[in-house]
Amino acid sequence: MDIFRYAIYRLFTMLLTLLVVSVLVFAIINLPPGDYLSNQIAELRSTGQTSGLAKAEFLRKEYALDRALWEQYMIWMGFMPGPQGWSGMLQGNFGWSFEFDRPVAEIVGDSLWLTVLVNLAAVLFIYLVALPLGVLAAARSKTWVDYTAAFVGYLGLATPNFLLALILFYYGNKHLNLPIGGLMDPIYEGEPMSLAKVKSILIHLIVPTFVIGTSGAAAMMQRLRANMLDELGKPYVETAIAKGMAPSKMLTKYPLRVAFNPFVADIGNLLPAMVSGSVLVSVVLGLETIGPTLLAALKTQDQFLSGFVLMFVALLTLIGTMISDILLVMLDPRIRYEGRDA
Amino acid sequence: MTILPDGRYVDDAPFDPKASLQDLERKDLDAPNWLLIWRKFREHKLGLISGIFLLLSYLMLPFAGFIAPYGPNERFSDHLFSPPQAVRLFHEGDFIGPFIYPLTAEANLETFQWEFKPDIENPQKLRFFCEGSDYQIAGLIPARTRLFCAPEGTTVFVWGSDRLGRDVFSRIFYGAQLSLTVGLIGITVSFLLGITFGSIAGYFGGKVDWVINRVIEILRSLPELPLWLALSAAVPSNWGPVAVFFIISLILGVLDWPGLARAVRAKFLSLREEEYVRAAEMMGASSGRVIRKHLLPNFTSHLIASATLSIPAMILGETALSFLGLGLRAPAVSWGVMLNDAQNLASIEIYPWTAIPMLPIIVVVLAFNFLGDGLRDSLDPYQG
Repeated sequence: MDIFRYAIYRLFTMLLTLLVVSVLVFAIINLPPGDYLSNQIAELRSTGQTSGLAKAEFLRKEYALDRALWEQYMIWMGFMPGPQGWSGMLQGNFGWSFEFDRPVAEIVGDSLWLTVLVNLAAVLFIYLVALPLGVLAAARSKTWVDYTAAFVGYLGLATPNFLLALILFYYGNKHLNLPIGGLMDPIYEGEPMSLAKVKSILIHLIVPTFVIGTSGAAAMMQRLRANMLDELGKPYVETAIAKGMAPSKMLTKYPLRVAFNPFVADIGNLLPAMVSGSVLVSVVLGLETIGPTLLAALKTQDQFLSGFVLMFVALLTLIGTMISDILLVMLDPRIRYEGRDA
Repeated sequence: MTILPDGRYVDDAPFDPKASLQDLERKDLDAPNWLLIWRKFREHKLGLISGIFLLLSYLMLPFAGFIAPYGPNERFSDHLFSPPQAVRLFHEGDFIGPFIYPLTAEANLETFQWEFKPDIENPQKLRFFCEGSDYQIAGLIPARTRLFCAPEGTTVFVWGSDRLGRDVFSRIFYGAQLSLTVGLIGITVSFLLGITFGSIAGYFGGKVDWVINRVIEILRSLPELPLWLALSAAVPSNWGPVAVFFIISLILGVLDWPGLARAVRAKFLSLREEEYVRAAEMMGASSGRVIRKHLLPNFTSHLIASATLSIPAMILGETALSFLGLGLRAPAVSWGVMLNDAQNLASIEIYPWTAIPMLPIIVVVLAFNFLGDGLRDSLDPYQG
């Protein structure tokens, strides 16, 4: 099996997983008793307002909320024609947000890209920080460099993300004049991309990236350090040192390449935690990603909106994991294509 | 000791041919596993200190009411957002024992905030083993005696008071009761599920293994927090704090087991080929017995280490959920609920002490990490 067949196989399993995830997501968002519309109808009834009733009843019919659960699922996904014909997620119709009274696609809009951007920045941050620090900590193991790195790493793991976010925001603003809240200056919102807008986004990204990436970077650094230490004891390293190679060249040329493997593979494990972190941090910092939207939608039982956001978040992680798996196979010839679970 | 005629010394004790020169080493080799683990663990100073700290923290939980000077929801409406009061020992150079300067509150009409001024002329000694408001030891035994209380007519807020005028110091101790146990319940659930599914998958293999493995993969590939959020949003809001607490710990546990199951499965895959397993099977032991009596004991210690390492994630999870308002809700007190007050920058700027509950969180999480590391390093006493 060559790399393309492996990629296709991986894509196929990802789609299957996504299908299962969609069932899970649908089940979860339907767990709370009642739905947005029936709650609204009950409220309208109890307050004696009849004008909104007709609309709510209409929406209920329109979105098939009066049908059996499995039918609702099929219609939502687009496996089955609903009251509006074939129009589910598969056909690109993400549903209707009852809370905002607008299509879901319109509400999430830009925030999808910003979510991807924030997470990409965090992945980049993890690599940029963990790689040099992990190697350094291993090369200078049991010295102050190692201990400092370990201490910072532990602290990064132990501090709740959202608190780190608040504290960094506060001090970043006080001492470094970093902006508070949001992902760009309000004046650029809705404006077309320009150099100034990109700059504004980049400055706003600093704190969130740091916050989301820290715990991941700490975990990855520890892993890389452990792997490097394993490799550093091997005879080939001794040979390299004995023949007089410069330490920095020796490190990057031999042991790092061997120890690099989990560096790529781990990102697949880290991604779920990172996306989680970004949701939380976005809520706290008021970033225009889908985090706050998800929280609001979950609290008001706006089921199509929360369902879509959950699906998107899952898709994001699955794609990330898939890419890391394929990269791993490309980078490391020792890995067999036929699944690693054998 | 006898001296022989030729001047040699001879031991009087009868010669025991069974006594071996290697007696000392023999004793070491025959020492039970836990003793060896303990010996090795003792050398891991950080882990040892963390372990003792955690043990004390958990032992303290039933007596939170005794240590805290106030009840968890006791309010002082004259002391909203009161700053921390230092407990001092020396007044104008004289030692007079632990005392505080009483605070007087004054409304500043320009900033619309209460301003507190310590009355440094008038030191008030703290009372010890005094009568406070009612509380219950371990939720069962009613009691009134508290370790220390405020002097008559004034207050003692060691770590300040929050927006409703409740003592942050006391609430941290009450909050520990929920915040620390949430991890234990969660890990129990996760353990039961993880071991059951992991061992079934590893021991039986085949189709069962395939299915369980896929489930594990799917659950592991999903971001936890959105799922936690979604599941906790499904908890009816009219449930009592205790029910919510149990549901939250269940949710944390239910989403945590795949990691453990994977480890158990991998271990089982290699162990089930061992000869003693085949021997047990041939003697007619049921699969359940083989799993429980022959396979699991092989790596209980590893399981304990990995459990220790996953408790912090649950504590942080509860904190995050409560912080966002989807976990425990007032009147329940947990560290996350308390941090809910410190949710915005303004309160961190003006009332930094409302963020104090983050300190116990960080310390406890660090302690669990160090303890777990120490355990992991010392679990293989025969190695190295």
